[in-house]
Amino acid sequence: METIYALAIGVLTGSGVWLLLRPRTFQVIVGLSLLSYAVNLFIFGMGRLLIGGAPIIETLSKADPALYDDPVPQALVLTAIVIGFATTALFLVVLLASRGLTGNDHVDGSGPEA
Amino acid sequence: MNSWIAHLPVLPVVVPLMAGAAMLLFVEAQRRERTIIAFAATLANLIVAGMLAYVAGGWVPDIWPEGIAVYLVGGWRAPFGIVLVVDRLSAVMLMLTAVLALTSLIYAQARWKKMGPHFQTLFQFLIMGVNGACLTGDLFNLFVFVEVLLAASYGLLLHGLGQPRVKAGLHYIAINLAGSFVFLIGVSLIYGVTGTLNMADLAARVPGLAQGDHVLFETGAAILGVAFLLKAGAWPLNFWLPGAYGSVAPPVAAIFSILTKVGIYALLRLGSLLSGSESGAPAPFNHGWLFGIGLATLVMGTAGMLTAIQLQRLVAYSVIASAGTLLAALGLGGAEVKGAALFYLASSVLATGAFFMLSEMIVRTQQSGEDGAVAQADLLSPEDSPDPDFSDEVVGIVIPAAMAFLGMSFLGCALLVTGLPPLSGFIGKLLILSAALEGGAAPGSSPVSIWMLWGAVLGSSLIGIIALSRMGIRLFWGSEEIVTPRLHLTEAAPVAVLLLLSVALVAGTGPAMDYLGRAGESLSAPQAYIDAVLTTHAAPVSSSNLD
Repeated sequence: METIYALAIGVLTGSGVWLLLRPRTFQVIVGLSLLSYAVNLFIFGMGRLLIGGAPIIETLSKADPALYDDPVPQALVLTAIVIGFATTALFLVVLLASRGLTGNDHVDGSGPEA
Repeated sequence: MNSWIAHLPVLPVVVPLMAGAAMLLFVEAQRRERTIIAFAATLANLIVAGMLAYVAGGWVPDIWPEGIAVYLVGGWRAPFGIVLVVDRLSAVMLMLTAVLALTSLIYAQARWKKMGPHFQTLFQFLIMGVNGACLTGDLFNLFVFVEVLLAASYGLLLHGLGQPRVKAGLHYIAINLAGSFVFLIGVSLIYGVTGTLNMADLAARVPGLAQGDHVLFETGAAILGVAFLLKAGAWPLNFWLPGAYGSVAPPVAAIFSILTKVGIYALLRLGSLLSGSESGAPAPFNHGWLFGIGLATLVMGTAGMLTAIQLQRLVAYSVIASAGTLLAALGLGGAEVKGAALFYLASSVLATGAFFMLSEMIVRTQQSGEDGAVAQADLLSPEDSPDPDFSDEVVGIVIPAAMAFLGMSFLGCALLVTGLPPLSGFIGKLLILSAALEGGAAPGSSPVSIWMLWGAVLGSSLIGIIALSRMGIRLFWGSEEIVTPRLHLTEAAPVAVLLLLSVALVAGTGPAMDYLGRAGESLSAPQAYIDAVLTTHAAPVSSSNLD
């Protein structure tokens, strides 16, 4: 499971970085979105991968931490998703404003391909 | 009384948050109400920052004996909950933010706040983010506060709109989003290895890591360091900075001059805590690396000052040069150099803040002609303003002798930025250089690096003088036609106040250096900070309830 998970993060990051370096604003925003998925998965993975483990430890009986999932990265991922979503939405607005002001979708407002 | 004072550390976050939210309840037309709230909050912020600086000085020993105020948010004990910590370094950052916030808010009253919606609200949220980032003792909470300040800064950067601003904003948002992802990777890697996000707890746990885990931890710290260096404007991650700072509305640029210093603060804080362990600081906070990056940044900023045609862009490059000086000085390490660097930080924040505001007023004197002036006048044109009642004819007191004021202020700012006597920029650079020479540097730093610092700092001062003299000659003497602008008192006063504060910093160098020197020492001996955070048990809320 770790291998597949790591490969997924790697593919997302690779595509995200490649798109981020492209000159069109739409490619940049898709690249940023892919990167944010990769980062969220990465944070999640940092809490150890465990299938069927509950994130809340039962304190009545003697609990073995190895059987439980770590709740902290899940909370972190939630925060990161919210922040990433909001800032990407804002970026989209700026992208549209730039498109409206310059009439093309190059990141510098004008480029060789414009 | 004591229970009230115990809540002091959380106020720099709560006050701007509440004020910003309260302003949203008023419609855009209710300017007077919004302005009253904004000023009340910013003044309260300044007073709280002053009190916290007093507390951090160790003058309230019955509550916080070491001068390190620890606030447990929600009453949760240190490694489990989020803590806010005020020590001297945080207090200095809070003071600088508060002073800069008040002055740029006053400046914005004359015309800029009318240039677009929600200026005052975003401004308060920006202050909240900066304050929170300087207060928090938790790594992920640091990320959240940095995001708060960035989100507010995106809005403020676009304030007034215009194509150059939208273009710069696009770049700024893209690079900072990427930077945030790098930040997150670093934080989660560190959490995965150490199992804690509390900075003090982290410092305590790192020495006990297994060998393999230690490599992973260092990797996480290096990734985190890249994110901080990006925020600090270090070469080669600073090509976004001149565009963003050079085209943003002047009062916003003034408050932005503290933003790069937040990155430097984070580097200092984590570097201090992590180097306390026997293993030494991880790579990005390690002295050798930081020194080299600082020198490269200094060279790049100085070269940029020479190439800049617009005044505001020149000031933006001087922000890079000051970041470079700071990083190089901190790269030398050593308690005395750190104290001196903090003095330089305070001086340069005040100077660039004043310079950004001044640059707009000076450009108003240029009627037409030169490309640079025209390009900049574009940025300042009120055409994009949605507000129909905007006009140059501002009501209120118009100060006399506008040209004399502008000329003197330009001279003062230039002296501060380049570090010439008699203003505080000179004292800051002198303190750094003499501390480095007199063995204040970290043990093990070679004499070659000390002389390299001398050469770079003095050389950049010389080139800065050349760039600024050329700019001054072109703007004041070289123009065909100079229009004496109508300066509003609320525009001139903030610049004058910031410059007078720099003079006050010179007059009070002794006490200021006493305070900052001890801040530098506490950075080299972080054990007091770690102990204070980890041993604070009783939650202030519950203890006051029990009384």
